[in-house]
Amino acid sequence: MLVGADTAGVSAPRPTALRLPVWRTAVRRLAPWLLPVGLLAGWFLATDGFHLLPAHQLPSPRAVARTARDLLAGGELFRHVAASVQRVALGFLLGAGVAIVLGTWVGLSRFAERVLDPTLQAIRNVPSLAWVPFLLLWMGIDELPKVTLVAIGAFFPVYVNLVSGIRQTDRKLVELGQVFGLSELGLVRHIVLPAALPSLLTGLRIGLGQSWLFLVAAELIASTRGLGFLLIDGQNSARADIMLVGILLLAVLGKASDGALRLLERRLLAWTDGFGGVA
Amino acid sequence: MTAASAISAEHVSKRYPGGDFVLRSLSLEVAPSEIVTLLGPSGSGKSTVLRLLSGLEREHEGKLLVQGLPVQGPTPSVGMMFQEPRLLPWRTVRDNVAFGLPRTLSKELGATRVEQLLTLVQLTEARDKLPKELSGGMAQRVALARCLAGAPSVLLLDEPFSAVDALTRMHLQELLLSIWTHTRLTMLLVTHDIDEALFLSDRVAVLRGSPANIEETLVVPLPRPRDRRDEALGPLRSHLVEALRLAGNGHSHEAAEGPGGLIAGW
Repeated sequence: MLVGADTAGVSAPRPTALRLPVWRTAVRRLAPWLLPVGLLAGWFLATDGFHLLPAHQLPSPRAVARTARDLLAGGELFRHVAASVQRVALGFLLGAGVAIVLGTWVGLSRFAERVLDPTLQAIRNVPSLAWVPFLLLWMGIDELPKVTLVAIGAFFPVYVNLVSGIRQTDRKLVELGQVFGLSELGLVRHIVLPAALPSLLTGLRIGLGQSWLFLVAAELIASTRGLGFLLIDGQNSARADIMLVGILLLAVLGKASDGALRLLERRLLAWTDGFGGVA
Repeated sequence: MTAASAISAEHVSKRYPGGDFVLRSLSLEVAPSEIVTLLGPSGSGKSTVLRLLSGLEREHEGKLLVQGLPVQGPTPSVGMMFQEPRLLPWRTVRDNVAFGLPRTLSKELGATRVEQLLTLVQLTEARDKLPKELSGGMAQRVALARCLAGAPSVLLLDEPFSAVDALTRMHLQELLLSIWTHTRLTMLLVTHDIDEALFLSDRVAVLRGSPANIEETLVVPLPRPRDRRDEALGPLRSHLVEALRLAGNGHSHEAAEGPGGLIAGW
């Protein structure tokens, strides 16, 4: 029988599996570090190297490292990081969770869209800082207003991306589900939500980024702990080294949390057949 | 014959909202275990017939029976193959086939049936692959296995092999026939490929006009399996070429892109 003769048509492994020369592999491994190391070198040269800038404006890397070590030894740094991480984690889970529920509903139902979407789009356009005084008035200066602000920041990217992902589901796949007798709920579970997963993950990544943004907005204005507080503390005591410790930590934490989501994305979206960029 | 028909359409007309009629008073009977082909130029309403029979399109005039029952939406007893494989890209080959299983089936029985079907379409090696790793022919075989997973009694095929290369198409046609030999499924196939129609079907119905109707039905009086080079196919082929040419010229606005335009160059 002739059937099966086209089995040879299985697509070959991706070109990335090619063996590269050692030096090319090394370049690829090192590539992400080129810019940070270069910046660090430039920073060192501008301060300790040639003293181009006064230390109170731009302290040297060594001074910043010393400050970080002192803060760490005193337990202060851990307290600030823990406070911020906790706020981001709670706020992100809350905001993304509500966004997934509302986004699914609005994505599926044009009625829900008519009811909810105009209002949500209006709220989305309120700048983050505009919420702060009001939330403080309402919720005091405890954790609640900060977590709420982070949740607002996480909500909208997740919501917007999920709705658009659901709406872009391939009509032909929905039809397929109908032919195979799926119920409305079955269509959502087996077709629409998996199809919207790439958009959802994009939304989650942007939402997590926004969470950190909104966190600092909240902590800058009213807090006694957290990285935003550390920044304000540095400002009040004219300590640029403390500010830089805060800024660097925000960069590292933001990158780390995004990396975790990217890992999740790679595992959940192995099935996508995108361009993926050239080597 | 009507009472025993697997598919029965009586004076079926269809128009899309705000448009002209696509089908006008079309009648067609397909006996159990028969393979019938609807042949016609693009845009002649062939697919509409299948969409009505599958229950994907509901609004129509006239009587439409499958297995003696009026069509009231998609049912498991009617399988539908589309022009594209329409695999769920996030599911492996195995899970795509399992998508077609009746929901009442137990897990173990389902898994067994999926394995049987994968053997049938010769894809056991590819069971854990994702659709993005499959060739066009393999993907269409997965779609066929998924269709069969629901154990349908009628199979509707909407130009299922038109998107693959000529050699793969022949393999798929042979696979379809070997499945038919085992299952004796009733099949209604839509195509614009004359050779496909002659190789597979008991009867070929030529769709023509706008709104479309069946202008003539040609019986293919040859036993299966058929030899594609059989000289007896020659006159039948010529006849269908002529019929399609008329169909293409029937409405000049479609002649340019329909097979009518192509065949004029023969």
